[in-house]
Amino acid sequence: MEAFTIHTGRAVPLRRSDVDTDQIIPSEWLKRIERTGFGAGLFSEWRADEGFVLNNPAYDGASILVAGPDFGTGSSREHAVWALQDYGFRAVISPRFADIFRGNALGNGLLPVELPAETVETLQAAAEQDPTIEITVDLVAREVRGAGLVASFELDDFTRWRLLEGLDDVGLTLRNEELITEFEATRAAWLPSVA
Amino acid sequence: MGRTLAEKVWDAHVVRRAEGEPDLLYIDLHLVHEVTSPQAFEALRLAGRPVRRPDLTVATEDHNVPTTNTLAPIADPISAAQVEALRKNCAEFGVRLYPMNDPGQGIVHVVGPQLGLSQPGMTIVCGDSHTSTHGAFGALAFGIGTSQVEHVLATQTLPQGRPKTMTVTVEGDLPAGVTAKDLILAIIARIGTGGGAGHVIEYRGAAVRGLSMEGRMTVCNMSIEAGARAGMIAPDDTTFDYLAGRAHAATGPAWDEAVAYWRTLASDDDAGYDREVVIDAASLSPYVTWGTNPGQAAPLSSRIPAPADYTDPAARASVERVLTYMGLTAGTPLSEVAVDTVFIGSCTNGRLSDLRAAAEVLRGRQVADGVRALVVPGSMQVKAAAEAEGLDELFRAAGAQWRSAGCSMCLGMNPDTLSPGERSASTSNRNFEGRQGPGGRTHLVSPAVAAATAVTGRLTAPAQL
Repeated sequence: MEAFTIHTGRAVPLRRSDVDTDQIIPSEWLKRIERTGFGAGLFSEWRADEGFVLNNPAYDGASILVAGPDFGTGSSREHAVWALQDYGFRAVISPRFADIFRGNALGNGLLPVELPAETVETLQAAAEQDPTIEITVDLVAREVRGAGLVASFELDDFTRWRLLEGLDDVGLTLRNEELITEFEATRAAWLPSVA
Repeated sequence: MGRTLAEKVWDAHVVRRAEGEPDLLYIDLHLVHEVTSPQAFEALRLAGRPVRRPDLTVATEDHNVPTTNTLAPIADPISAAQVEALRKNCAEFGVRLYPMNDPGQGIVHVVGPQLGLSQPGMTIVCGDSHTSTHGAFGALAFGIGTSQVEHVLATQTLPQGRPKTMTVTVEGDLPAGVTAKDLILAIIARIGTGGGAGHVIEYRGAAVRGLSMEGRMTVCNMSIEAGARAGMIAPDDTTFDYLAGRAHAATGPAWDEAVAYWRTLASDDDAGYDREVVIDAASLSPYVTWGTNPGQAAPLSSRIPAPADYTDPAARASVERVLTYMGLTAGTPLSEVAVDTVFIGSCTNGRLSDLRAAAEVLRGRQVADGVRALVVPGSMQVKAAAEAEGLDELFRAAGAQWRSAGCSMCLGMNPDTLSPGERSASTSNRNFEGRQGPGGRTHLVSPAVAAATAVTGRLTAPAQL
């Protein structure tokens, strides 16, 4: 996993709530068996509309998505995170994320940043007024800076450390393999198995 | 203080707990399908890791599979490659697979329960958000992403932050003609698509107790549409009766031991919840969605809302946008909305009792001219059971298409899709833009409403026929 420490970039305002993962990456894209190449499918239905914000050349190269509440609802498809990353996003800011999307993002080093709705609104308005403004997402200090504001966000110490170090969960868990084996010895014999 | 059902199941699976870190939870059952697993198996291969517990891992082919002509090779080369990848991965890593045309094949959330693999008190995961279905058994069951699929394959565990707890208590009995689907649509309309975020919802109350296991699965299935981490219902005699005699249920003294344990799982009387919602069953009626998220649902007897009904400017703009996408006019009675497609199936409503409910409405009636009605059983076993009762003949005689098992038009990864502008009444779980095909418009309904809608060509409750 790519580590995340401090990232500064331009922002794309996405003024929609309940952006579900079917919109982020439609199901026709899920047939691929690779992890790469999903950027072309990002918001593909919405991008068919010329007025969609990602079609505005002023936002080319932007790396922070600033969206409405309940971002990433619906399907568990991690392809949504891969699509956002492949397109070039490093962080998504929203008042609230769906749980599975948030977990998928944290597992891949795409930082989901929860900020109050008013703060998100201010950032969106600033990026609309001036698409060239830069926003800094600082995981070390757990704050977002830019558009004349400094806003702190919450992320637990453990997850923050894992992201700062770019550590993957499987490797961390396997350090406790003995505990897993011990636990397995205590499982009830009647539990189902397909062996 | 006492503990909730969710807390009891959680605590029984903690492999490792450390201050400031997520708990490491043991996973009792890992269900796998072709869409969210290929990159996980590939990662294992690259790291040289085996599947730790193939005996606790079961795979099926469901999302991509065609529902007609299933003996022919899959026509879409990309779908075919994905299904082939699952077969190779399962063979290489020793995972039990129920492939297309196998009598055990079906939608992953139909297969687990029918095999008796989904049992009370278990932890169950799958790379699919509708894994919440299995919570109907009193299991802690939730959807995961592909990196987590890899994690479970490699370690049979998952690091998870402890969820908050929430109850939705449905007091009284459901009125006649009101089904589990109407109940869950009404719950989501009430609490919103983010209403369960961060929480495990426990459904309680007389109306929930009165549901069959299949009805309970319908309710728990759509917990994710309220944003919940999982949905659960405490196991009781309904649960045990359903499980007894199934292929993977214990027998003899082991069964008695299991039931004795399962009876301890119900939430303690003095357990506390972070949030409590109470719903009066008597207030419910058949529900349908009018918008593009499952929270945008209303009684079928009501009218399409107007943007002006919403004070929040963002909500007003959103409703305007939704009505444009859906091609609907504010104030129109929902019962006047005409559809051209009816889809009966999915992990929400593709079980035998769902097909029976739809068949009962269609008995002696005809699908309206110009309406395409698809009936897609949730599994090959459901298909066989329905055919043994003659339901296939009944559906065909009514003018509906009888298909083979799979996810089908719920998400349109196979050839069963809506064309742009087409409108469906669908027993599935998501009315997102383009969910059933680009530009398609979806109204979520119960199987009975779907069947009545097929007869009239517009959204209709059976009582109106």
